[in-house]
Amino acid sequence: MMGPDAVSRQRIELASSARQRQSAAAPPPALAVSGLTVAYGEKPAVFSVDMTVAQGTMTAIVGPNGAGKSTLLKAVLGLVKPLSGEVRLFDLPLSRVRDRLAYVPQRASVDWDFPARVIDVVLMGLHRELGLLRRVRPEHLDRARACLARVGMEDFATRQIGQLSGGQQQRVFLARALAQSADLYLLDEPFAGVDAATEKAIIAVLKDLQAEGRTIVAVHHDLSTVRAYFDHLFLINTRPIAAGPVAEAFTSANLQRAYGGRLGEAQVAGMQADGVQGQDTIR
Amino acid sequence: MMGAEFVALSLTPMLIGTMAAIACALPGNFLLLRRQALIGDAISHVVLPGIVVAFLLTGTVAALPMMLGAAGAALLCVGMIEAVRRMARIEAGAAMGVVFTTLFAAGVLLLEQSDTSGVHLDVEHALYGSLESLIWLDATGWSSLLDPVALAGVPPELPRMALALAVVTLVIGLAWRPLALSTFDEGYAATLGLPVRALGLGLVMLAALAAVAAFDAVGSIIVIAMFICPPAAARMMTDRLSRQVGWSVVFATLSAVVGYTLAGYGPLWLGYNNSVSAAGMIATVSGLILGVAMAAGPCRRRAGAASAV
Repeated sequence: MMGPDAVSRQRIELASSARQRQSAAAPPPALAVSGLTVAYGEKPAVFSVDMTVAQGTMTAIVGPNGAGKSTLLKAVLGLVKPLSGEVRLFDLPLSRVRDRLAYVPQRASVDWDFPARVIDVVLMGLHRELGLLRRVRPEHLDRARACLARVGMEDFATRQIGQLSGGQQQRVFLARALAQSADLYLLDEPFAGVDAATEKAIIAVLKDLQAEGRTIVAVHHDLSTVRAYFDHLFLINTRPIAAGPVAEAFTSANLQRAYGGRLGEAQVAGMQADGVQGQDTIR
Repeated sequence: MMGAEFVALSLTPMLIGTMAAIACALPGNFLLLRRQALIGDAISHVVLPGIVVAFLLTGTVAALPMMLGAAGAALLCVGMIEAVRRMARIEAGAAMGVVFTTLFAAGVLLLEQSDTSGVHLDVEHALYGSLESLIWLDATGWSSLLDPVALAGVPPELPRMALALAVVTLVIGLAWRPLALSTFDEGYAATLGLPVRALGLGLVMLAALAAVAAFDAVGSIIVIAMFICPPAAARMMTDRLSRQVGWSVVFATLSAVVGYTLAGYGPLWLGYNNSVSAAGMIATVSGLILGVAMAAGPCRRRAGAASAV
């Protein structure tokens, strides 16, 4: 039998070894996808994708139309059922990390004629707190308004959502995600069809979030802004093409591989890739 | 019209009609916003084959087997719509149209072939119901409302409809937030952990409950009209969901009361002897209300330009 001293010494040792393990191991990745395959009917939309997103990074998922970018995001969020593969978030299964995730869907995925005001949509972001029957209190409204202010929409709180421009609708969606105060933000084409002012406002908010240590993953279609907006890139064309820091992965060779064989798009990609190369030479 | 005669002849059908209208209009709001308004149409049509099969199996037209048959048919219909939609890969509206017309036609054939001459079961009854016949013979005046003996004689459709309305109201009230959220943005709702499939199915089941309970008393014409007209008119009155649902209840009540009164007394006022079908008139009034709301409602302007940007 151990004396009291021995017991407490052993406790201290256990505690310190646990601390050592913790400090030795890097924080788990915000997102780890392995062997993910998703198919609609016969044809796979996403095939055998491995993807790791470190915490605190800002990743662009880039690829041609129909390359499975949105599908990949939806599979991560459990919105489509994969044929195979595993998704772990912060080293946990999806069902245990819902409070740490915020999803910004494509603006066009909802009917903006829905009878709701801007503030009603932002309050949806507080649903996990409000639950079925808890009353909306002034503090909830204050938080929703603060989120609107962050995207520059505080003056629109009582506006009907159908009266907003596309860019304003996109900002409302971002405000709703902000209300969740999540650690991982997953955005589907946040800059699609928005005005320049909105694009600026959104990227500023995303950079702020990153500065706070949060992780951003966005499906992105504009090759000309990848370098300015993101620090990591995931290139996909059904299969994964390239992944890594933008400085390493955003090369014309990789873009040609991702967009290759698609007329029109291939030309655009070629053009952009040339631009990329030009930048490289200048640097 | 006042007093004893009104209580005995008009009060109960008017009440039943009003409750049926509200019970259908409440889920109708959400079905309309989900672009599933046709599901109410589908359910109210397949009620016919449902009750015919129930009659053939049990040989009676008692309420319970009829309602079970109707509910079973509604479930089967929802399942078949989903199956057709997935297997044939066609749009939901078309799948509903195919399924409910086929099932309704099958119901008509079954009814023709089976010996239902001895009982009150026919297509006309299925369409128009028998609202006018739901009279309260035990009533002698307003005081009968407090008389337990007289109250025992109210038509059984009244408590049945009241129960259905209570269930519909309670469920929608409790599930309000998730229902609204998943109706607006199903994908986002799912990422919050909401059971979006169960919510969608639950809404359809609720609509089926309202349709089956209302069908017996008021027929499918009212059911179809009340799923769509009051919510659609209410949408023109406001840009907030809670107010839209409130307006839909007002319009449903208005349709039932005004429609019933016009059907019973309108022809007399015009010098004719016969009254017209109450169900038909209630549905017509709800359509007229929708027309007025579309022409003059404050929120009928749709922001089409914004979504095109």
